[in-house]
Amino acid sequence: MDYRDTKGRIFDIQRFSVHDGPGIRTIVFLKGCVLRCRWCCNPESQKYEIETMTVQGRKKVIGRDVSVWEVMETVVKDRPYYRRSGGGLTLSGGESLLQPEFAASLLRASKESGINTALESTACAPFENISKLLPWLDTYLLDIKHMNADRHREFTGKSNELILENAKRIAGTGFGELVIRVPVIPGFNDTKKEIEDIADFACKLPGVKKMHLLPYHRLGQDKYAGLGRKYELDGVLPPAGKHMEMLKKAAEDKAGIICQIGG
Amino acid sequence: MGLYTYEDRKSPKTARISRLVDHLFEKMPEIEPARAVLITESYKETENEPMIIRRAKAFEHILENIPIVIREDELIVGSTTIAPRGCQTYPEFSFEWLEAEFDTVQSRTADPFSITEETKAKLREAHKYWKGKTTSELATAYMTKETLRAIEHNIFTPGNYFYNGVGHVTVQYEKVLAIGYEGIIEEVQNEWKKYDPGVEDYVKRSHFYEAVITSCRAVITYAQRYAKLARSQAASCADPVRREELLRIAENCERVPAKGASGFYEACQSFWFVQQLLQIESSGHSISPGRFDQYMYPYYKADVDSGRISCEFAQELLDCIWVKLNDLNKCRDAASAEGFAGYSLFQNLIVGGQNKDGIDVTNDLSFMCIDASMHVHLPAPSLSIRVWNGTPHELMIKAAELTRTGIGLPAYYNDEVIIPALQNRGLTLQDAREYNIIGCVEPQKAGKTEGWHDAAFFNMCRPLELVFSNGMDKGEQIGPRTGDVTRMETFEEFYQAYKEQMNYNIELLVNADNAIDVAHAERCPLPYLSCMVDDCIRRGKTVQEGGAVYNFTGPQGFGVANMADGLYVIKKLVFDEKKVTMKEFKEMLSLNYGKGLDETTLTEIASEIIKEIRDNGKEISPEQVAAIVTAIRETAESPQFRERGQKLLDMIEEVPKFGNDISEVDAFARDVAYTYTRPLETYKNPRGGTYQAGLYPVSANVPLGAQTGATPDGRLAHTPVADGVSPAAGRDKFGPTAAANSVAKLDHYIASNGTLFNQKFHPSALSGRQGLENFAALIRSYFDQKGSHMQFNVVDRETLLDAQKNPDKYKHLVVRVAGYSALFTTLSRALQDDIINRTEQGL
Repeated sequence: MDYRDTKGRIFDIQRFSVHDGPGIRTIVFLKGCVLRCRWCCNPESQKYEIETMTVQGRKKVIGRDVSVWEVMETVVKDRPYYRRSGGGLTLSGGESLLQPEFAASLLRASKESGINTALESTACAPFENISKLLPWLDTYLLDIKHMNADRHREFTGKSNELILENAKRIAGTGFGELVIRVPVIPGFNDTKKEIEDIADFACKLPGVKKMHLLPYHRLGQDKYAGLGRKYELDGVLPPAGKHMEMLKKAAEDKAGIICQIGG
Repeated sequence: MGLYTYEDRKSPKTARISRLVDHLFEKMPEIEPARAVLITESYKETENEPMIIRRAKAFEHILENIPIVIREDELIVGSTTIAPRGCQTYPEFSFEWLEAEFDTVQSRTADPFSITEETKAKLREAHKYWKGKTTSELATAYMTKETLRAIEHNIFTPGNYFYNGVGHVTVQYEKVLAIGYEGIIEEVQNEWKKYDPGVEDYVKRSHFYEAVITSCRAVITYAQRYAKLARSQAASCADPVRREELLRIAENCERVPAKGASGFYEACQSFWFVQQLLQIESSGHSISPGRFDQYMYPYYKADVDSGRISCEFAQELLDCIWVKLNDLNKCRDAASAEGFAGYSLFQNLIVGGQNKDGIDVTNDLSFMCIDASMHVHLPAPSLSIRVWNGTPHELMIKAAELTRTGIGLPAYYNDEVIIPALQNRGLTLQDAREYNIIGCVEPQKAGKTEGWHDAAFFNMCRPLELVFSNGMDKGEQIGPRTGDVTRMETFEEFYQAYKEQMNYNIELLVNADNAIDVAHAERCPLPYLSCMVDDCIRRGKTVQEGGAVYNFTGPQGFGVANMADGLYVIKKLVFDEKKVTMKEFKEMLSLNYGKGLDETTLTEIASEIIKEIRDNGKEISPEQVAAIVTAIRETAESPQFRERGQKLLDMIEEVPKFGNDISEVDAFARDVAYTYTRPLETYKNPRGGTYQAGLYPVSANVPLGAQTGATPDGRLAHTPVADGVSPAAGRDKFGPTAAANSVAKLDHYIASNGTLFNQKFHPSALSGRQGLENFAALIRSYFDQKGSHMQFNVVDRETLLDAQKNPDKYKHLVVRVAGYSALFTTLSRALQDDIINRTEQGL
């Protein structure tokens, strides 16, 4: 079987994405995730099962099974933009590591077509799954949400131990570029101390130079209603710009890491 | 790449520039009568003289007597009207519309002008002379009756040159800067000496030379009037700083444009007189400064290198010119004002690009021109950037910063498409490399071309309506009988009928343009303009009579996206999948998919039925007529019909559309565009040149869409037609890269009069340095795929909605309309809505 016949489950492909990895990118969203982050802006990504969501009054089927060929047909269309901008393919989700063969095949097909690759991931999976992807990966955008295991479990449904362990192992392989991303969620991890702790951890990972602070937003809120679910962060406001600047400075001072707000 | 010594924001905007801009917008622009009165006086005196001499004498009479003014704080002088942003009128081209609109011109929504009772009286008096003497009346007389009928039925509109001067030119500014009008007079005299009175064309040639000399002398006189005015104001000026400024202005005007410019400041003043006075000679718009950063650079460099002027002062002079470009204005008839909305004169000024040898010649002035647009933040000039592989990244980023301000400037042009496209039209490689843009998007070689770039708008949707009606429109057989559409058995047969309707009307369009062309040559030859376009002096004739090296006529087709989508829908639903019958489709189109009929349409449908009954020899009473109208209305508004309409619209929605990067649909769109571009290029104009198509509508897609019935792409009757080569509004669903890929698949080389691709961005897509980088990459990638032009509106929806509600708060809000930028609040409501509804990309 050609590796490009590998099938997987996705729920969206988004072109001209400029906030997840360098340049102009196409994001492929894989379906299914192990975490249940309360702030998740793609709640339809969480279950692996195909489901329906109400979007602007219409029922929409979320999730479809496709081969690598089919995905690449769309991905290669924007090759001129990748070439000029240093962009490429980003796998996001959900969590791509739940479909390691499919994800690895997508990344490989991209690299073989000369397209830059990035992965946005929780790293919450057995390391052997991760290691299947690394040979084809240019940039790993790894989420570290909190350094405290209990807090992490309370807000995401899982402890952070495997994630932190994987972060160290990924950095240890020296594969490409590892970037640590932190979703900044008011009431969860938006204090100076919490961000400093993450920055401290990040800067000790070999080769890690950059950290992204992603301010909480509410753009996914309506989707919860569309799925018949309750949005638990109702009433939480996005962090103020000034506050984000303060956190950025704190992380940079503490860890000497290059920190940017937004992706 | 070279390194540019230009430093970002080295020369900030001065307080003078803010004051000049504020002064400009203090009140509504006004119509002034001076030019019309003066030209009429002169024409009455010269009735028995050759037309070319009459034109020159009239120009002279105007320049010797038109009121002049130096506005407060000005460093560059020369104003066509006393009131800022005022306009003169041009009765020799047409006048009847103006007189008919005297009482509404002030209150109309698009581009209103105030006019005093005194002005109305003076114009009425002047107009008495012009009946039967205008270019538009002569043009009408030259057209065939079929042509006039097609215009009347809104298949196309040649209104621009039908009622106005031609403009649409870039002259040899560099020649005036170098040798002045005294030099040009000498050149003409030397040329004249070569011919004896017995030479076969001596009669016309000698009068042309005489007319040029008279015109050039008139321009020198005009500048001297300004010199005197400046000196007299200086004498009574209490402020010593301003006094010095006025004395310097006087010195400048004493020297230029009579002589060559001795420095940058004089070059700026000289440039301005050329730019302004071309627009007094004729009412043509799109008189474009062209490659300003190239011909001004030697003066700038010499002065800055020798320390004669500072960069800051050079920037302030540029800013002053930018303000002056917004001081010029033109009043159009109400319908044209909708089509060219935003008081725009389309004075296109382009920076960057290659020289004749193919080397990139971006320089410090290229960057300073972008800064001038940032400082002044007004629609003029229509700033453009030439882009090719050798364009420095710094220029792209600088340009992107201007785009990000939301001013709708600059527009980006692709050397890699335009140069070969012009070569394909007969330009030499060296001339093609030196192209600039005229008006909206039209490329030409400056100083050698009479391009007639905006010759007409051709609505590509209307011939499709004629296919459905077998050539009938409003009860009249105006197109060929291409057969009963419901009996067509293959898509090829249907498509062939469309092509037949297109070809027939394209030929009439050519007839219209050629008639107008001849009328201009006979009634309004322009000696002043012609002395700055090669090879007029050598050939001894004006550009109107074929004096230019390159001659074109470029009428624009628009509605490509609607026709591509619509024909594809017919192919899929009626022929391939047989989901809908042609009969059903025809009914749906005539009754607007059950979405409501206006009274006019209703009457038209009724009159067609009544005509059919009468043609069959039956009598019909007024009661029966009323009954027919009611029956049609009831059918169209019945719940069953509405439901059927919605069902069809839902089916149409499911058919793939242009703008989504789908190879099959895009290839189809390419072919549909050829139905306009290919037949057109086979025609010739009276100046010895050829026709070349453009694909852009300026803003005519809105008013001309209002005259178009429902189309099979699901577009409802009287709504706007798609803008330029852009996908139809809201139909591109996969973002800017997919839309750009689709548009790039059209043939941009054959549409060598220009294509226009509009994208609208939310500011968030351009935020930060990375946003600018990605934006520059987007443009380069579209150009890698051989797109020709790209422009952007960067403004969020909320801002535009708020501006509609509170126009006073947004007097300076500039948006990109089509090939130009305009003040949003001056646009008509319909056009505002169209801009708001354009798909917002990059969210």
